Amino acid sequence: MQTSFTNRKQVLEQKEMNIWERMYLPAIVKGMAITISHFFRKPATIRYPEQKRTVSEAYRGLHILKRDDVGAERCTACGLCALACPAEAITMEAAERKPGEESLYREEKYASKYEINMLRCIFCGFCEEACPKAAIFLEEDFAVANYSRDTFIYGKDKLVEKPKQGTKAFDIVKVGRQRELN
Amino acid sequence: METLINFLPSIIIIVIMFAVTLLIALYSTYGERKVAAFLQDRIGPNRAGPWGLLQPFADGVKMFTKEEIIPASANKFLFILGPSIAMVCCLMTGVVLPWGGELTLFGRTFYLQAVDLSIGILYVFAVVSVSVYGIMIGGWASNNKWSLMGAIRGSSQIISYELSMGLSIVALVLMTGTLSFREIVNQQHGGILHWNFLMQPLSFLIFLICAFAECNRSPFDLPECETELVGGFHTEYSSMKLGFYLFSEYINMFISSAVISALFFGGFNFPGMDWLLETTHSQNIVTLVGVGAYFLKIFFFIFFFMWVRWTIPRFRYDQLMNLGWKSLIPLALFNLAAMAVIEMVKHQHLFGF
Repeated sequence: MQTSFTNRKQVLEQKEMNIWERMYLPAIVKGMAITISHFFRKPATIRYPEQKRTVSEAYRGLHILKRDDVGAERCTACGLCALACPAEAITMEAAERKPGEESLYREEKYASKYEINMLRCIFCGFCEEACPKAAIFLEEDFAVANYSRDTFIYGKDKLVEKPKQGTKAFDIVKVGRQRELN
Repeated sequence: METLINFLPSIIIIVIMFAVTLLIALYSTYGERKVAAFLQDRIGPNRAGPWGLLQPFADGVKMFTKEEIIPASANKFLFILGPSIAMVCCLMTGVVLPWGGELTLFGRTFYLQAVDLSIGILYVFAVVSVSVYGIMIGGWASNNKWSLMGAIRGSSQIISYELSMGLSIVALVLMTGTLSFREIVNQQHGGILHWNFLMQPLSFLIFLICAFAECNRSPFDLPECETELVGGFHTEYSSMKLGFYLFSEYINMFISSAVISALFFGGFNFPGMDWLLETTHSQNIVTLVGVGAYFLKIFFFIFFFMWVRWTIPRFRYDQLMNLGWKSLIPLALFNLAAMAVIEMVKHQHLFGF
């Protein structure tokens, strides 16, 4: 046999089977003993949704648009996240801040419509890295399953963080929602 | 009228046995998934009802509501005939099995056996041989190369292993002297040491291996495994006809377990049977406990079928044929010769030694 020049190739030794191996039965019995020992072990399944897998701190889940400590939205609709997104999942429309809305939006330009298509998104985290205002972050949840495709285009109602109690934004948003309901 | 009353116990037992067979086959599908899961360190279906117990009914609803597709170029009559033959033959075999001893109800004593044929084993073999047609016709009628190959492999496998199965049973019959199931079970009365698997271990082993091959069950499941021939002979089938094929495999498994338990493991005999008869003086109770013991043995063998399936990789077709013709038949013939010599030594007085 030709000797190989590298040591990566494994030369196969094909020995004749001895009588115990040719009978198959001893090997079968050994295999069955191994299998039955697995029968009595604890299963390795995580029973979702009753049990959830613990994720690391750097886990990239669903997006969230954060607010600052006075409750104003940080996002200024600069479009860097949409530019950075390799899957072109983010679209937005900018609007100018009106005089009474200082506690709702941090700067004069804000995003009136901000949509992320969760089916296109690959959860790479480039938008989080690109954002200059520290507005968008990827947190722990993952997108809930659904039956139709248009429910996966998440708008601002699903992406913006809820304002904390005590901030002025909380009252405005709450009042706005009340007005919508009536 | 008189004959009707004479046949009534048989008819009732047949109906009950039919229902029990279907129920056990139904829950074998569930059991297979659960056993497979536990052997693979996971849990099986557990969402449909507590512990997933309603899963077979969910599968049944799925089977019923799927669309019945018959390929346009398929032979329509044969296409429907294939799974029907498979189903009919596997249900017919259960008629001769001894489910229990004597039962006395309403002043009449009858055996818990639908029909006590004096040629019981021969009948079972005959019907199992006809069930090969189910596979062959199914594969041919699909008008599909791969189905045909699956059918060819399946039928050749079954007929090859029938030979050694028959030979091992001949060795057993040499010792028992009768083909009737009831007689064979009655001869195994009197404790575990009288059971046939201890008296004829080699016959038991050969019969067990051939039973795996007859049920198209791993490691002999070449005709129907997914990696080899898409679906084998049931590629083109959908909905209820596919359900019939899959079901007939589980019913075959159940019947094979029942035959193995009856022939080699004492049927409805259980250790402590005589003690129970003396203590309670009631044959009925002993019979009922015997039925329970028989079913326990059957369930153990069904579990054994599943256990082997998830342990061993499947045989290649040439390895399978080599095993059947070159290994098992000589072994069965040797077993037959050895058993004949032992019988001759046992009955020396008949031969004038």
